[in-house]
Formats: sequence, structure tokens, C-alpha cells
Amino acid sequence: MLTGRPEPAIVVNALGRRFGARWVLRGVSLEVRGGEVVGLLGPNGSGKSTVLRIVATLLKPSAGTASVNGLDVKRDSSGVRGQVGYLAHTPGLYDDLTARENLLFAADMLGLPRSSADGILERVGLGHVAGDRVRGFSAGMQRRLAFARLTLRNPKVLLLDEPYANLDADGVELMNSMITDVVRGGGAALVALHELAPAKAVLHHNLRLADGRIETPAASRAGHAPTARNSEVG
Amino acid sequence: MAWREDWRRVRAIARKDLTTELRGKAGFNAVVSLGVTILVLLGLALGPDAEALRNAAVGAVWLATLFSAVLAFNRSFQVELESGALESLLQYPGPRWTIYAGKLLGNLIFVTLMVVIVVAVGVVLFGVRIPDTWPTLIGILALGIAGLVVLGTFYASMASRSRAREVLLPLLLFPMLVPLLLAAATASKALLGADLMHEASAWIRLLVAYDLVFLIATFLVFEHVIEA
Amino acid sequence: MPASTPSNDPGPAPPPRTSLWLGLVSVSALVAAQTHAILTSPPDADMGHLQKIMYVHVPAAWMTFISFFVVLVFSVRYLWRRRENDDLLAASAAEVGATFNGLTLMLGMIWGRPAWGVWWAWDARLTSTLVLFLIFVGYLALRAFVDDTDQRARWSAAVGVIGAINVPIVYMSVTWWRTLHQPPSSPATLDAAYTLGLRLNAIALLLVLIYFIRKRYEIARLERATEHAAEAVAMGGS
Repeated sequence: MLTGRPEPAIVVNALGRRFGARWVLRGVSLEVRGGEVVGLLGPNGSGKSTVLRIVATLLKPSAGTASVNGLDVKRDSSGVRGQVGYLAHTPGLYDDLTARENLLFAADMLGLPRSSADGILERVGLGHVAGDRVRGFSAGMQRRLAFARLTLRNPKVLLLDEPYANLDADGVELMNSMITDVVRGGGAALVALHELAPAKAVLHHNLRLADGRIETPAASRAGHAPTARNSEVG
Repeated sequence: MAWREDWRRVRAIARKDLTTELRGKAGFNAVVSLGVTILVLLGLALGPDAEALRNAAVGAVWLATLFSAVLAFNRSFQVELESGALESLLQYPGPRWTIYAGKLLGNLIFVTLMVVIVVAVGVVLFGVRIPDTWPTLIGILALGIAGLVVLGTFYASMASRSRAREVLLPLLLFPMLVPLLLAAATASKALLGADLMHEASAWIRLLVAYDLVFLIATFLVFEHVIEA
Repeated sequence: MPASTPSNDPGPAPPPRTSLWLGLVSVSALVAAQTHAILTSPPDADMGHLQKIMYVHVPAAWMTFISFFVVLVFSVRYLWRRRENDDLLAASAAEVGATFNGLTLMLGMIWGRPAWGVWWAWDARLTSTLVLFLIFVGYLALRAFVDDTDQRARWSAAVGVIGAINVPIVYMSVTWWRTLHQPPSSPATLDAAYTLGLRLNAIALLLVLIYFIRKRYEIARLERATEHAAEAVAMGGS
């Protein structure tokens, strides 16, 4: 555990979220400190994406609070957006634009010089398809492009939803190296996964989400068989 | 310099929307074809008497425009929903109104291109005699398109994300367009009939006021609507 | 401005109890006003006793406008403060307003048939009222097709504000549209002999409107209270 950092990068407290009558999250509490990569495990439908989306300010909490580097997701949502880089399960790219055009659009929206887009494509191994429309890309290529777009923003906190899906071994390595880059700079990452394997190299520890709550207390370490118990709900 | 960045965002969104729609070509062609088809059906239903058709021309063109524009508006948000791009769009820093302005600009250009074709076809099919006052007619058309695009984009930002987008958008939009339709149609008919010019000018003032009121009102309210 | 979200609301303030007394008083007032008007007003020169339908039709139209205004006010309040109760009240006013709107239309048509000879003559006022009815319907349809309560509240409020702004514009444009080519076909002014009856009925109908809106709001609050209770159960661990 790192010490000396005044504010944990991500703080989630008794988070609740419902969709219609169904409560997907029922009191999730967790913390991610600067320099940490924390995995969030759980079966499909357990609410991992929902947690990430709330921290990314895409959804509002129905109950509880969440904050990033001291900024509350409800009150300071635009401040939070400036800090986080969210990689969704669906790539969120424009199919009829080329890879390069997608990045140029991102650069325009971020207020960055357009030249920053070019180098990134090479780095993620998509330099050779820069002028091709995203519609023809494989799922793995789309994920790389989405991650490239993510790094344009230089995020301090990464929120990654199943980032290894559809990636080959090279892709996994690329993803991990980019996560490490962010974290080495003092950033943090919360990664939703449904299996540990690809992320083992970078994860500091993991949490398990089930039935809308965290099963494993945040203090346990990866590889250490945790005793499952329900956390106290606020 | 913030406004320069904002303007850059607005242009980027408009450019992206237009590139996506026009590159696909299928989208634009389909929307225009629908407009033309509606004109043909109206011509068949209301004609073949030349005088009757000439009287119905303005109404027919506007109806064809309204129904095809609804398609265009839904499509402009559908592109964001298809691969979850809206979420990415909402993640960028900067004020939300730039998203609205960008969409407006894109839709404005798209619908204007569409209307040019629909009007041309309508003039031919319905035997419209072009009067000397045709520049004013174009002005009325432009004002009408502006109001249509403002309210259409506004309602589409919600309807396209609801459970029943095909019916909800027209249901929300069309009653709201009544003053615009009345103004544009009545003024156009007056000018086509070489009638009292001052009648048309009152309607034109109403159109301008209508466009301004809803442009400002929707801008003020949009940020509440775009959040997921 | 800091907005308090529904989840931060001190939720369980008890829903308002609409007093039965208000209901009884309003209905009695309406019956009394109607009886008075029907019995004491002289038959109209042109319409005869058909004129008496005005005593419901005109106040119902006024109630429609008042409902729109309530929707506007509480929609703006919701966007300002994000307090869920404001959304529920706006929605209640919209439902009741739509009902009064429908009533106005029906009565207008019933009056129109003997007066004009047709069920519908694109009269300026009735046409405007019909367009307003469609605006109400749009608002209610939006609420029906959006499931997320926060999103539904925000979107309804936005649509409510924009729709309400259009009310005077619709009236103005439709009236222009008619007066340019034909003289107005429905009597714009009523003889002084009818004014008292009209005012009495308007007041009575206003009481009925308030009662209906409060009642509908009470039901909406009860529904939300049930949902909040379910929230407490879901969050409290079972």
C-alpha cells in the first residue's frame, strides 16, 4: 500500500444505483490510491460497468457518493471529466470515419493540436490502417483505437471496462504498458474484468462485485485467497 | 480564447456529422427519396387537376419536408447511439452547448441540401409558377428551415434515446411547428399569388421571432437534456 | 447553482393529504354555479339555450391555460432545483390540464354542431386548443416512453418549458391565420348579462382544478414514497 498521498484517487462510498425498479448497485464502497491498479471482478450483470460509468460521470448515483481526486462526480462533474479517461465496453467510435479522422475529432474536442493524433496511431500498431474506415476494423483494432483516443487526454485516472476483450497477446501487452505508463506518473486505474489472467501483470489487488456489493474487502491482495464476507453497507 | 476552442468543437461536431451522413450517401439519398416519394403520393392524392395542385403546392412541399426532416434528425443522434459514441462525446471537456450547436449546424446544412431538392421537385410536379418575389420566397424557406432544425434537433436529442423514437419525434415536434408551418405556408402562398406583400411581411416577422425565441430557449435548456 | 438530486432529498416527507373537504366544496360550488347560470341567464339572441354550454366550455378553456402555466412554473423550478416533487407536480398538472383541454374541445364541438352546422370549422380558438391538446399529449407520451426517473424528470421539464412557451405563439398564429381571410366565427365577447355566471363558474371550476391536481399529485407522491421504501430495503441489506 502506498502511503503519503493525501487524497485517494477514487473514493466510492455506499454507492447505489437503480434502473427502474431494479437495484444494480446496493452499497458499493471502494478506494483506489494514486499509483494503484485495482481490478473489479464479477460476473456479467454484476454492475461493474455501472460503477465505472458513475465514476466517469456518465450516470448519476441513485444513492451514495463517488469522487475522483477530491472532486465529487455530481457537483464537479466537468472537473472529474478532465481527470479521468474512460474506456467503455463498446468502443464508441464513428464507424464511417477513418481511424485518423476519429483521433482528429478527439483532438479537436480536447483542444489539442491535430499533430498529436498522428504519433499515437503508430504507437498502438494502427499506423498502417490510419486511412481506413473504422467500420472494417476488427474488435481488437477498435479497442486499440479507443485506447489511443484515451491516451490523447493524458488522464490521471483510468476507468477501463473489460479492456482486454478481443485483444491478442500483443494487444494485451500494449494495454498493460499503457496502464503502467499512467500509473507510473502517479495516476490510478480501476479496471473491470471478468477474468484475472491478462491483468495479472499490472494489478495491485482486486475486488469482487456480486449482488450489487463488494464481496472482498479492499485491503486484500491479489493471489491471496480472501475470506469472502459482505462488507458493511452504509 | 475559450470561444475559439468552443467554436472549434462546434465545427468538429458538424464536420463529423456531415462526413458520416454524406459519406454513407445512402443516408442522404434515402431521406431525399422519401421527400420525393411523399410529393408524388400527395400529387396523386390531390391531383390531377392543375389548379388544385398549384394551390396545394406549398402545403405539399412543407409536408414532404417535415416528414423527411424527421428522419434526418433521428439519424443525427442515431450515429451517436450506434456504437456508444454519445458516451465518449459526453466525456470531452468543454460546455455542453457546443454539442448542441454542432448538431444544429450539421442538421442545418443537411436539411437545407435536402430541401433544395424537394422544393425543386415540388415546383415541377405541382406546376408552380415562379413569381418575381422569389428571393423573398427563398428567405421564407430559409427561416422555416431554421426553426424546423432548431426544434427538430432539440426533440430528437431526447426522442432518439427513448423507447419509441419513430413515433415520439413527430408527436413532439409537429404540434410545436404549427406556428412555423402557418407562417411559412401562408406567406409563401401570398407571394405565389402575387398577393398583398404586406401580409407576407407580418408572417415573416413572426417567423423571425419564433426562430429566435426557440433558438435561445432550447440553448438554455439543452444541457439538462443531453446528460445520460 | 448547486442542484440537489432526488437521491439527496430528505425523501420521506409525508405526501400531502388532499382534504375531502376541498373536494366536496369544489363540486358543490360547481353545481351551485352551474345551476345559477343555467336558471338565471337569458337565452342568447342567436343561439338560444345552447349558449349555456359556454358556462363550462369557457372556464374549462381557462383551466387549460392555468394548467399549462403550472406545468411551466414547476418545470422551471425542477430544472433550477432538481427537486423531484416539482416534477411530480408538473406532471400532475399536465394530466389534469390535458383532461380539461379535451373537455374544452368536446364542448366546443358540441356547441359548434348546431351553431355552425358542422362538427369542425377550423375556428381560430378551437384549432388552437386542439394544437395545445397535442402538445400536452406529446409531453405525456414522452413520460410514458422514458423509464429512468431522473431522465424522465429532466426531459419532461425541458419539454414542458419549451411547449408552454409556444402556447401564446400558437394562439397568435392561428388567430392571424383565420382573421386574414374570414371574420371570426365564434362570438369573441359575451354580453354583460353572462359575465357574472361565467366568473362564478370559473371560480368553481378553479376549485375543482386545484382539487384534481392535488389529488393526482398526492397519488404520485405516494407512488414515489413506495419506491423510496423499496430503495431502503434494497440498500439496507437483506
